[in-house]
Amino acid sequence: MSVVETASAQLLAPAGLAVADLGDLLSRCMGPAIDAADLYFQTAWHESWVLEDGIIKEGAFNRDQGVGIRAISGEKTGFAYSDQIVRSALEEAASNARAIARSQHNGVQPVVGQAPAVKPLYPGVSPLNSLNENEKIDLLRAVDAEARRADPRVCQVIVSLSGLFENILVAASDGTLAADLRPLVRLNVSVIVEHEGRREQGSSGGGGRADYQYFLHEERGLGYAREAVRQALVNLDAVDAPAGTMDVVLGPGWPGVLLHEAIGHGLEGDFNRKGSSAFSGLMGEQVAAKGVTVVDDGTLPGRRGSLTIDDEGTPTRCTTLIEDGVLVGYMQDKMNAQLMGMSSTGNGRRESYAHLPLPRMTNTYMLAGEHDPEAILASVNNGLYAVNFGGGQVDITSGKFVFSASEAYLIENGKVTRPVKGATLIGNGPDVLRRVSMVGNDLSLDAGVGVCGKDGQSVPVGVGQPTLRVDGLTVGGTQAG
Amino acid sequence: MQELEKRDADSAVVKRAVEQALEAAQTVGASSAEASASLDSGLSVSVRKGDVETLEYHRGQSLSVTVYLGQRKGSASSADLRPESIQEAVEAATRIARFTSEDAAAGLADPALMATVFPDLDLYHPWNIGAENGIELAKACEAAGLAADPRITNSDGASVHDFQGVTAYGNSHGFIGLRSGTRHSMSCTLIAEDESGMQRDYYYTASRVPERLEPAEAVGLQAAQRSVRRLSAKQLSTRRAPVIFSAELSRGLLSSLVGAISGGALYRRASFLLDMKGEQVFSPFVRIYEDPLLPQEFGSTAFDNEGVATHRRDIVSGGMLEGYVLSSYSARKLGMQTTGNAGGVHNLRIDTSGQTLEQLLQQMGTGLYVTELIGHGVNTVTGDYSRGAAGFWVENGELQYPVEEITIAGNLKDMFKGLVAVGTDRDRRGSIQTGSWWIDAMTIAGN
Repeated sequence: MSVVETASAQLLAPAGLAVADLGDLLSRCMGPAIDAADLYFQTAWHESWVLEDGIIKEGAFNRDQGVGIRAISGEKTGFAYSDQIVRSALEEAASNARAIARSQHNGVQPVVGQAPAVKPLYPGVSPLNSLNENEKIDLLRAVDAEARRADPRVCQVIVSLSGLFENILVAASDGTLAADLRPLVRLNVSVIVEHEGRREQGSSGGGGRADYQYFLHEERGLGYAREAVRQALVNLDAVDAPAGTMDVVLGPGWPGVLLHEAIGHGLEGDFNRKGSSAFSGLMGEQVAAKGVTVVDDGTLPGRRGSLTIDDEGTPTRCTTLIEDGVLVGYMQDKMNAQLMGMSSTGNGRRESYAHLPLPRMTNTYMLAGEHDPEAILASVNNGLYAVNFGGGQVDITSGKFVFSASEAYLIENGKVTRPVKGATLIGNGPDVLRRVSMVGNDLSLDAGVGVCGKDGQSVPVGVGQPTLRVDGLTVGGTQAG
Repeated sequence: MQELEKRDADSAVVKRAVEQALEAAQTVGASSAEASASLDSGLSVSVRKGDVETLEYHRGQSLSVTVYLGQRKGSASSADLRPESIQEAVEAATRIARFTSEDAAAGLADPALMATVFPDLDLYHPWNIGAENGIELAKACEAAGLAADPRITNSDGASVHDFQGVTAYGNSHGFIGLRSGTRHSMSCTLIAEDESGMQRDYYYTASRVPERLEPAEAVGLQAAQRSVRRLSAKQLSTRRAPVIFSAELSRGLLSSLVGAISGGALYRRASFLLDMKGEQVFSPFVRIYEDPLLPQEFGSTAFDNEGVATHRRDIVSGGMLEGYVLSSYSARKLGMQTTGNAGGVHNLRIDTSGQTLEQLLQQMGTGLYVTELIGHGVNTVTGDYSRGAAGFWVENGELQYPVEEITIAGNLKDMFKGLVAVGTDRDRRGSIQTGSWWIDAMTIAGN
């Protein structure tokens, strides 16, 4: 069976619907002033297992399904959804969505097209069954044991395993018909270490669009346990972070969250259409140092941020955002692309059927440069080496962004010395990439833990970068002067 | 009265769903079970630059069930309330409970603690504003903001939200409780611009009662003033200085307190306030209390998420930590009794020390007044605090100029001890309410 056949058998057939009926439903959303309409059917199966205090403390299973119906008229969007996929609820939702343009149904019959063949980037099978319950529990216990084995100062270990399988089908008045079967797994470890009355935490994890076997390969699950303990122990020895402006070296991989916050959000189509981004009107301008190239790539097989098609049915692609320092591209969904006279870049994403699509990132990363990471560290006289981060946030309009280091060290005379805790970095998006003075040759992507929030909607994303030197970034510790 | 009929009909539906889940759990052999179900609906409209942008109809339902097989537990949820979905959820939860471990602390709350009186807390005030009126209101709100100042050059729009919902919670002690409530809000986000660049800020009003929302024009005007006053912000040099957190941001500091005295953080030893009950945590003037039965408030409820009756109580008194925030599970882990806080605190308040915001600024003299925080730099385990900030530099008790691209850092333990005063300017828009906080000293990092 094709993906569309599989998805429609699961999503439509129980309601007595077929792909051929979708044209009729779409026509109920259409009217003289409606430019476009789409239907988004979704079923999601989610489970999670939590180990704490050495026991399997919790397990949960959740099934969610529904349909979101959108009608677009120029810059206006009407939206309604139903958590029951039945014809009467769909018809009511369609007429609610259509109310955005106050006009009567005129009988236009949108044609639902043929689904284009797109090669899936991940297996279309549920990861929930890829291990049986006993094997899932064994995995959690093995990770717990590894964390406790790693160091006697570990006093608390929490391991969580979650799996998600989504089945989506999109039909739109522009002829789009597409479906996707999306697995997503994640394993997380967090530990508390205690020594001489001082407590610190460390956490690590990863995952992707794969099944649970992913965590058994290359001892990935056990590796997360060792990494969480290592981070916590580093923090046990950490001193208070300095405060002030200094040169900063960012490690490879997850610190790419800098790109996500500092420039990624500012290059999403909606903010630029509205002129509310600090990057508005900078297309074609030099916004980063030469040698800096940043892409958003939804096509990496199996990665957490990847999608075979986006939530509007557009195949994802690799979009270059900044090329050799010059701003060359935005990330677009259909509506914002249309209004800006561009094409969708396959970045239309939504948290679920109950949310509207928005232009969102997939996997956003900077390409490798030529410098040896050791040489980058050696080039800094006195500064900060930030290796791991917690979350970040950006004010799109002023361009100000922050992110919090969960593992960082002082650099003194070109050498990495003491670990520091509680350092927050703050900067200005359109300015920070101009301060990149060295780009490492060690590009890596994060382990697969990113969650991006926008307008109250969360979606999984990936980030990455090589080691970077950024000159003169503000570090917000407690030790002034 | 049509609204009340709808509420009663919806309440009957969620109550029936909970009863069905509990019956099904009993049939499959659960030793005990608990379930909750909800039905809600709402309308959101947003306008931008005088025209409608989105019109969203919300309608949600959900059921979640936890099944206990002795000391093992399993949970499951469903996004609809059809009998077959409820049955499926109960079976899934039971299947999971066969694989989880015996946990001595697991189980329902003590039956003796279940709520037995259910006062009418006056939480249900449907607005039914409708699309047309909602759009007009949002347009009026945005228009007032756009017209307020020539430096307002762009808009991120204004929106109006109208929400109502009912939930039922029940457990196999025979407890079943119903809650219903409404929540309405209006917000506006505007962009101001001058030669220094763009700044965006917003303002919102929220209430369970439509008549208690601030007027649309006032919301737009506030949003405009808040955006304009941020223009031409400077960076500060790195220094130590006293800091006043605006009332809306001070709520976050109270939330950090709640996080640190919550049972989950305590039994995991993941809190900077471990074993501090009975100890001085704040300066002696500080009293922080929970008042769950206030009429019309966001956090009001007669019972918590386990059916346990809620009570008015002091959490901090005379600066001393009087109690923790516990569910029955975390209480058992700690060898204590639940405080009726499964699901969180209910209407947390702090007494003001009596000064208006202007008086606080006057008394501080020189320092930082923070009006925005970004980032997640709060570590509950250690209390380390470092966040991006924007606000105003204060000298001679007056706002001198806006500042941005700075961080403020300290440790929450020291910040709590260093709380000098709490303003009278209480922000009433949530379950946790406080006036502005004046903290004696923090590190500001800048250029």
